[in-house]
Amino acid sequence: MLIIPCPYCGERPELEFSYGGQAHIDRPLAPSDLSDEEWNSYLYVRANPKGRHAERWRHIHGCARFFNAVRDTRTDHILATYKVGEPEPEIPA
Amino acid sequence: MFESRIASPFAGESDAIASLGPIGRAVLRCREADIGSISDKLGIALPRAACRSESNGPSSALWLGPDEWLLLHADLQDDWVSRLAAHLEGELCSLVDVSHRQVALAVQGARAAEILASGCALDLSPRAFPVGMCTRTMFARAEVVLWRTGSMSFHLDVWRSFARYVEALLREAESEN
Repeated sequence: MLIIPCPYCGERPELEFSYGGQAHIDRPLAPSDLSDEEWNSYLYVRANPKGRHAERWRHIHGCARFFNAVRDTRTDHILATYKVGEPEPEIPA
Repeated sequence: MFESRIASPFAGESDAIASLGPIGRAVLRCREADIGSISDKLGIALPRAACRSESNGPSSALWLGPDEWLLLHADLQDDWVSRLAAHLEGELCSLVDVSHRQVALAVQGARAAEILASGCALDLSPRAFPVGMCTRTMFARAEVVLWRTGSMSFHLDVWRSFARYVEALLREAESEN
């Protein structure tokens, strides 16, 4: 089982968490000004990297808070976790 | 009192796994800036540190999240939550009575941590999970609130509909040597 460090509670087993998709996607401030293509892109188009991926997680069966994590999609290693609103941390290769 | 007519969902009783009877429960949520004044009005210091609890007489406050606490009162009184709400008049917060949503078990004795470890993935050694620590977590497939009340005693709060499931698994672990 993965051990995921929650920014609030510390290291916890994976089964307490749920996955929330790609992180750092801002909802457009004026959706009605967007073209169909831009709206489609906001709603549906996501990165699918082989490697580092910043993504949202929720410690749903713990403190219930959302937070962000940088995970390597090749190894499933969680490289960093940080609170919502904080910038994605720089991680040396 | 109406609560005495509500049947316990638990099937058995033993020294190691015992029902804690009716307990008053409320979930309090507020902003960080208001923690101090709300603590003063409640007469109990809401813990700010993650997964820690504070007690004052029959009342306890368990940290569930950075803006969320479970307030417990050892004996259930019909007007406990409304009295708390009256104390909090004027404060911006949410207070929800969940007394009957959950039921509680005491898991105690020399094998308490071992019995709980049968369904809980957390490290329950005293170093990692000291007395006073509390957290929401999973016991098998049920969400529970686990609170270490003593070196060999735990308070386990579980939603009423999961009570028999959790109890049955605990009793199975208890029966294994």
